[in-house]
Amino acid sequence: MILAFLNITWPVFADALALGGIFALMAVGIGLVFGVLRLVNFAYGQLMMAGAFALAYGDQWGLPNWLSILFCFGVVLVLSVLLDHLVFRPLRMHSPAVMLVATFAVAFVLQNIALIAWGSFGKTAGSLGVWQAPWDIHGVYIRKIAIIAIVTAAVCLVLLQLLLTRTPVGLHMRAASMDFRTARLLGVRANRVIGGAVLISGLLAGVAAVMLSVEQPQITSTWALPETIYVLMGVVLGGLNRPIPATLGGFSIGFAFGLLGGILPSSQSQYLPSFIFAAVIVVLLVRPNGLFTRGAAPVERV
Amino acid sequence: MNQARRLPELLAPVLLVLATALLGLEVSPYLQTYFLDTLVKVAIVVALYVFIGNSGVLSFGTISFVALGAWTAGVLTVPEGQKKITMPGLSHFLLSHNVGNVASLVLAAGAGAVFALAVGLPLMRLSGLAAGIATFAVLGITYNVLTYEQRIGPGLNSFSGVPQTTGMWQAAIGALICVVAAYAYQRTRFGRMLRATREDHAAAAAAGISTYRQRLLAFTLSGALAGLAGGLWVHLLPLQVGGLYLTLTFITLAMLVVGGSGSLLGAVVGTLALNGIYSFFTAATNTVDVLGWHLKVPAGTAEMVLGVLMAAVLILRPAGITGSREFSLPRRRRPVADLEKARATT
Repeated sequence: MILAFLNITWPVFADALALGGIFALMAVGIGLVFGVLRLVNFAYGQLMMAGAFALAYGDQWGLPNWLSILFCFGVVLVLSVLLDHLVFRPLRMHSPAVMLVATFAVAFVLQNIALIAWGSFGKTAGSLGVWQAPWDIHGVYIRKIAIIAIVTAAVCLVLLQLLLTRTPVGLHMRAASMDFRTARLLGVRANRVIGGAVLISGLLAGVAAVMLSVEQPQITSTWALPETIYVLMGVVLGGLNRPIPATLGGFSIGFAFGLLGGILPSSQSQYLPSFIFAAVIVVLLVRPNGLFTRGAAPVERV
Repeated sequence: MNQARRLPELLAPVLLVLATALLGLEVSPYLQTYFLDTLVKVAIVVALYVFIGNSGVLSFGTISFVALGAWTAGVLTVPEGQKKITMPGLSHFLLSHNVGNVASLVLAAGAGAVFALAVGLPLMRLSGLAAGIATFAVLGITYNVLTYEQRIGPGLNSFSGVPQTTGMWQAAIGALICVVAAYAYQRTRFGRMLRATREDHAAAAAAGISTYRQRLLAFTLSGALAGLAGGLWVHLLPLQVGGLYLTLTFITLAMLVVGGSGSLLGAVVGTLALNGIYSFFTAATNTVDVLGWHLKVPAGTAEMVLGVLMAAVLILRPAGITGSREFSLPRRRRPVADLEKARATT
């Protein structure tokens, strides 16, 4: 009813939900690492890009889909752990701003390695293209990838929530993101918690990479870079510090992009990024802790 | 006495810039373009330094002031006849108004300053990560608007028909203006107050310094210098909005970080060193001869090298290659025995 009133069709709505789901996965991946490390990972999209190139190779070598997806996960995980050891750990004691600049550098290094290795046209990851085909649901045609992305995102987020609330590892992670020093004093092992967060974040990057590669099968060196910027903005909008607000923030940005991109003419939707950036600035000024968090902002400590 | 001893602090970066310009006049016209580019980059990185270096706050916004300066100087100097052809969507006012070279540079600096002031008024309350993200958002908005808004510029197309008035001297004078302004600023009480807030925010606040006001002043000055740099640049080559976004932000930040973000000398040395490396690898994408050896590298090598250097400096030597110190002549040390005696008597 409301949908019809706003001139939104079901396929557009499903695509928007799917994009929101993918953005939510990326958001929670960025948010988890931020929680324990105070590190905003600008290179997150480049991790996904590496995974997407793995998918493209799987496609080229004729691997079965499950194997190339596994290969993608493997590449992203190895790269995440490598980055954690080479860059993030040595910088752990620095300010978040310095770490942001460092991940900015890492993103450019990875992006340009990809440019050197595969040129500006990149590679095609087409084997999952079958998911582009529509499903007929009571006369409404919705692309399979939309449904797969929505379901996968929901499952991943529920699993993550269970992990965070029902297991000792999750408890340690939440404790570390509330107050790292106190958590350590109480016996939480720093390296294990950080390693765990980096691994989970890497896995989520892998899942997001698989989903996004169906939407954008041409993998280039800047693949997922614009998405990462929007997700970062979404995470800040929602609230960096907690997984659920961060997820909601990422989801709303993706959903807004999908929906408005689908219904607005391009002469209007081209300024969409500006509105999102402006919204982020307003949120940072008015509610620095994010839209979806409760309670007052912490007082600036001296 | 004190003033005289401080002279090398200003002279060192000034002489480096002058040496670059003089060397640039001697080399072949092909190499000259790289020297011109380096001088413009010096101006941009010094603008970056004025805010980031003195305040210690991260800002991604400077490149948007460079872009605005370039747009201002570019739109106002393309000959009227050409404007109608290359930028048909331009607003009537901009279509019918033109200014000369120097006026366009002054206006570019003014536009950068006004934009920085307008942005800084709300944003300078933020610090740390929030400041980084918010200024990034400013950069994103500027890029997005300049890309699609055809009433104020060429949109996605590159600027064509801007008089190429930035020769070696204009570039050098522009860079020198930035260097001298930056040095003059950091020696005033305002610059010192801002540096005090960088070192110890609480102590500075307790001494009655308004962090917000000092940051806003530095941000505005940084915007003016960045606008000037943008103006110089658009008078040098046909700029395009895509070249004024993430890659340029990354390259200039890398120069500042590698040089040493806490000193003016660091900004200048970092730019000269890294832009040298960067230009070398960019040129090497179409083969360069090194000692009779033909070197050819794939596109992207230059950025990769800069990224690796930047990450390495951040991890191994966060103060940069200059140690974030200004240049000073080695001083004659008093013998230790004297010091002991002095200590004993006081």
